[in-house]
Amino acid sequence: MTDAPARPAEAAGPGGASPPAAGQTRKPPASPAAAVWRQFRSHTGAVVGLTVFAGLVVAILFGPLVWTVDPQLIDIRARNLGPTWAHPFGTDQLGRDLLARVLAGGRVSLAVGVTAMLLSLTVGTFVGVVAGYFHRLDGPLMRLTDLFLALPVLPLLLVLVMFFREPLAGAFGPEMGTFVLIVSAIGLTSWMQTARIVRGDVLVLKEREFVLASRSIGTPSRRMITRHVLPNVMSPIMVSATLGIASAIITESALSFLGLGFPPDFPTWGRLLFDAIDYIRDYPERVMWPGLAISLVVLSVNYMGDGLRDALDPRIRGR
Amino acid sequence: MLTFTLRRLLLSIPTLLAISLVIFLILELAPGDPVASMPLTIPPEVREKIRESLGLGAPFHVRYLLWLKAFFVTEPLHALDALLGTDFAAGSQRILSFQSRSPVFDIIAERLPQTLTVVGMAYLIGVLIAVPIGIISAYRQYSWFDQIGTLIAMLGYSVPTFFTGVLLIVVFSVHLGWFPSIYDTTLVVDSWDSFLLQVRQMTLPVAVLALYNAAQISRFMRASMLDNLHQDYVRTARAKGMGERVVVFVHVLRNSMIPVVTVVALGVPGVFGGAIITEQVFKVNGLGQLLITAIYGNDVPMVQTLTFIFAILIVLFNLVADVLYGLLDPRIRYD
Repeated sequence: MTDAPARPAEAAGPGGASPPAAGQTRKPPASPAAAVWRQFRSHTGAVVGLTVFAGLVVAILFGPLVWTVDPQLIDIRARNLGPTWAHPFGTDQLGRDLLARVLAGGRVSLAVGVTAMLLSLTVGTFVGVVAGYFHRLDGPLMRLTDLFLALPVLPLLLVLVMFFREPLAGAFGPEMGTFVLIVSAIGLTSWMQTARIVRGDVLVLKEREFVLASRSIGTPSRRMITRHVLPNVMSPIMVSATLGIASAIITESALSFLGLGFPPDFPTWGRLLFDAIDYIRDYPERVMWPGLAISLVVLSVNYMGDGLRDALDPRIRGR
Repeated sequence: MLTFTLRRLLLSIPTLLAISLVIFLILELAPGDPVASMPLTIPPEVREKIRESLGLGAPFHVRYLLWLKAFFVTEPLHALDALLGTDFAAGSQRILSFQSRSPVFDIIAERLPQTLTVVGMAYLIGVLIAVPIGIISAYRQYSWFDQIGTLIAMLGYSVPTFFTGVLLIVVFSVHLGWFPSIYDTTLVVDSWDSFLLQVRQMTLPVAVLALYNAAQISRFMRASMLDNLHQDYVRTARAKGMGERVVVFVHVLRNSMIPVVTVVALGVPGVFGGAIITEQVFKVNGLGQLLITAIYGNDVPMVQTLTFIFAILIVLFNLVADVLYGLLDPRIRYD
């Protein structure tokens, strides 16, 4: 217990893991961020997850600069090829290069994941902070959260996408319209957990001395929230952010997989997997690349979330 | 406890009404038109007649109330009639599907057995695998068994079911040819051979879902066991000379099961609705597949009714989980 001096030594983690012998002398880290990073590094899975995720993101962002094949280019003579040097992942039934398509699909899937996560985080944090901070709004907002939690999410998402795809496609163009629709549908049906966690933390924070002190000198609510409350609930928000990317990517690919995602000529990982299913008897390897990509991203993000949760929990940190 | 249950039951009525209104509104605002896909040669006045015959003539609030009445009064009466051979609901309007023009609940009753056998079996197997794995992982924390269990659990809930399903199809039905990749609902189990066929076609979808469910539940089981293993009463039990077997299986296990039972209860609605993807992968024509075809076919009454049934199940099992928690743990009292 060298760092996190504010915490008593007997505070064990919620997992009840037997604490290793205390009293190892370590140099106290320079800042809280350094302490978090040190704890994060000690979680092997999290470090591997971070490396894999960073590698995939770099490949998806900069891969198309290196692998300059057009993902939409149809070369009907070269269709249904296995892996060759010209096409490392092979080609599909129209002769389009699968490596280029997986890279292009990754951009869309990641963009959907990150944007939907940001939306759900914004809504969740807003509802959580407002419900926790303003007692009068607590009841109604939490009933609303319960209502959303009782909604059958996947059926509703399917209905939303099926029925609202065309009008939005008319308004924003086919790709952008679907993007807006899917991102907002996922974002608006996944904010409830964040809101609940943030509300709980805000309720505890509100009774702390520094908040009372700040209120006693007349700090208005708005500044109170931005200066004192929000920075202190950042750690659960960061953890939900990480896990939110993973669940948004899974939901998007599930929608695409059911044929209710992006238009057919617009590759996303779920869509590529869905298209490959029809050829599974003859070219079973074609489902592997998009499937592996989805699984790797989700797995690495989940491991990162795990490590981040441990690292941001001051009761575990520094043991 | 009884007053708590009653209060929660009463409270769930406005929740359900709100949900039904949300579902109805979404479908109402949706621009899809059930007669839009009919041939253009139908003259406009006939088209209007068709719309009216589908029950679309009345304004929104009237149709909403009629649907609520049909859902909560007529359909239960019909079920009662079918069970007891009585005649309470004679002549009253049931909820009809736009696609097949037959009562929605009859179609649901046809599809329910497939979903229950495949998905329900998968959930059961998932729980049966998860509990022992959770116990051993917690008892031998950080052992190789625990490490492998953690890895598999992480894989189980990170890899989406549509990929595990496809992967199993590639390996076991394309390469090895052991199991069929398509679930045949017309199979009648009446002999040993057809039973074996049924088992073979159920293996892959059940394996996919069981892995997914076991991954989540085994994590809960492990965390809950770990919480209890370090409690004072465990030390007391050991100190007074209890055998290790008794300590783990009687003292710790019974206390650890409390949160796990509620988690298992919370997962039950997913058995009905959450397996949409797996049913689609293996072409099981259960409820999930029914929902997908209804959505594609613009079959509004079917979509409404199915989605609302899923919502009822979620609310109901939330309540069941809360009540179970109170019943199993005498320290928790809702008063």
